[in-house]
Amino acid sequence: MTTPSSAGYNARRDRLRAKLGGWSLTTYGILAFAFLYLPILILVIFSFNDSRSVSKWAGFTIDWYFKMIKDGQIMLSVWNSLFLAIVSTAIATVLGTLAAMGLERYSFRGKTAVDAMFYLPVIIPDIAMAIMLLLFFNMSGIGFTPWKVNFFGVKLAVPYSVIIGHVAFNTSFVAIVVRARLAQMDRTLEEAAQDLYANAWQTFRRVTLPMLMPGIVGGALLAFTLSLDDFVITFFTSGAGFNTLPVRVFGMIKKGVTPKINAVSTLMLAVSLSLVILSILLRSRSGDEDAVQMGF
Amino acid sequence: MDRLRRNPTFQAWALLAAPVIFLIVFFMLPLLIVFVYSFLERGEYGGVQWVFNLGNIQRVFDPLYFRTFLRSLYIAIVTTLITLALGYPLAYFIADSPPKRKGVLIFVLMIPFWTNFLIRTYAWLTLLRTHTGLINVTLMSWGVISKPLPLFGNDFAIILGLVYGWLPVMVLPIYAALDRLDHSLLEAARDLYASGFHTFWRVTWPLSLPGVVAGSMLVFIPSLGAFVTPAILGGGKSLMIGNIISNQFLGAHDWPFGSALSMLMMIAMLIATLIYFRWTTKTEAAS
Repeated sequence: MTTPSSAGYNARRDRLRAKLGGWSLTTYGILAFAFLYLPILILVIFSFNDSRSVSKWAGFTIDWYFKMIKDGQIMLSVWNSLFLAIVSTAIATVLGTLAAMGLERYSFRGKTAVDAMFYLPVIIPDIAMAIMLLLFFNMSGIGFTPWKVNFFGVKLAVPYSVIIGHVAFNTSFVAIVVRARLAQMDRTLEEAAQDLYANAWQTFRRVTLPMLMPGIVGGALLAFTLSLDDFVITFFTSGAGFNTLPVRVFGMIKKGVTPKINAVSTLMLAVSLSLVILSILLRSRSGDEDAVQMGF
Repeated sequence: MDRLRRNPTFQAWALLAAPVIFLIVFFMLPLLIVFVYSFLERGEYGGVQWVFNLGNIQRVFDPLYFRTFLRSLYIAIVTTLITLALGYPLAYFIADSPPKRKGVLIFVLMIPFWTNFLIRTYAWLTLLRTHTGLINVTLMSWGVISKPLPLFGNDFAIILGLVYGWLPVMVLPIYAALDRLDHSLLEAARDLYASGFHTFWRVTWPLSLPGVVAGSMLVFIPSLGAFVTPAILGGGKSLMIGNIISNQFLGAHDWPFGSALSMLMMIAMLIATLIYFRWTTKTEAAS
C-alpha cells in the first residue's frame, strides 16, 4: 500500500539512487580514461629519464632525444616512413576516390561482389594480408627491387613491394571515408549544373569535387596516419634491410629496452596527435558530424 | 561513342577500372596464391614445389598447432568479453554526458587509438616486465610484495595488451547506438514503474545490441590475428596463431604450411563475420 508520505519517500530514494548512479558512472569514466592515458603518459615521462632504466626515475635529461637525432639508422627510417606515407597516400587517395564515386553513384551487375572486395582489406587482419603480399611478391619476382630516390637531399631506396602493400590497404579506407561523404551530399546542385548545360567533366570539376573535398582530405589523412603507423605489412613485404620507423622500433625493442625507444615513441606520438588534431579541425570546418562520431 | 559515354554502366566501370584492377592484382591474386600454396609441397630453401599435397591441411589439425589455434581463439574471446565489460559503461558514460562534452570525450577516447599500436604495446612492456617493469619495481620498493608478480610473458599480459589496444573501437559503435536511443522510450518504461535495472535490461540493452555486436567484431577479428602483442608481451613463451604463421615464413621456411595456417585463421574470421551479418539482417528484419 502506498501512502502519500511513502510515495514521497520513494521519490527521494529514486533521486538519491540516480545521483549515486551518476557519480559512480562519472568515477568509472575517469578511471577508464586514466587506464587509456596512464601507460602513454609514463612512456613519455621516462623518455626524459637520466638513466638507462625505464622504470626507476633518476632525474631529468633530454639526452635521449639527442641520441635519437644522432642515430643515423633512426633518422633514415624516419625519411623512409615519410616518403612511403606520402607516395602511398597520393596513389590510394586517387584510387579510393574513384572507387567511392563508382560504387556510390551507380548500380550495375556484380556490384555486391565489387563492394565486398573493397571491404575485405579493412576486415582481414594485417598478418594475413602481409603473408599474402609476401608470397605474391616472391612468386611474381617483381617488387623487392627498390625505388632509388633523392628525397629532400636524403638518398632513399624504397621497395616497390612496400608501396604497393600500403596502397592495397589504404585504398579501401579512403573509399569508405569518401563514400560516407558522397552519401550525405545533396545532389540537387549537380542536377542544377547539368540543367545549366555543364558537361559531365565541368559538373565534376566545379560542383562535385569541391563538395567532396572534405571527404577526400579526411580519407587522405586517415591513409597517411595508417601508413605511418603500419608495422606488420611493412615488416613482411620489405625484404631485408629496409626500415620504416615502426620496423626500426620493433627491432630496438627486441634488442633491449632503453629510454631512447621512449624518445622515439614520444616523437611518433606527437606526429599522430598533430595529424588527429588537423583532421578534426578540417572536419569541424566542414561541419561533418557523423565522420567525427565514426572516429575518422 | 557518345551513347556509350552516357551509358551508366560504362561510366561506373570507367571510374572503377583502375581501383578494381589494382585490388584484383594486388589483393585478390595474393589471396588466391595463399589458397593454392596450402595444397603444395614445401621447397628446400623456402618457396614451393608444385606437387599437390594435403599434408599441410592435415598438419594444421596436429594438436601441436591446433592447440595454439584454440588458445588464440580463447584469448580473442576473453579479450572481446573483457573489452565489452569495460567498454559498455564507458560508452554509456559518454552518451550520458552533456551534448557539448560528448564530442570532446570521443576525441579524447580516439587519441590513444590513433597512436601507434606498437608503441602502446611497448608502453605496457615497460610496465609489466617481471624484474624491471614499473609495476613490480614500485610495488617491491614499497614493500607491498616480496616477489615480483607474474605479469609478463603469459596470457594475462597478452589479453591486457589487446584489451588496451582495442577498447576504443569497442566503445565507438556502442556509443553510437546509445546516442541514437530514443529517450521517450526510457521515460515510458519509467512511467510504467519499471525499475532502473528493468528499464536497462528490457529497453536500453536490446536497443544497443547492434553496437555491441559491431564492437565485438571489431575487437575479435584483430585479436584473433594478433601478431605484435604476443610478440612483445608474450615474452617469447606465450604465442598466438599469428606468430606461428610468421615463423613459417621468417624462420622455418615452410610457406605451404604457413599458407594453410593463414587459411584456417581467415576461415575462422569468415565464420564470425557471417554470423555477424546473419544476426544484423535478422534484427533489422525484426525491427
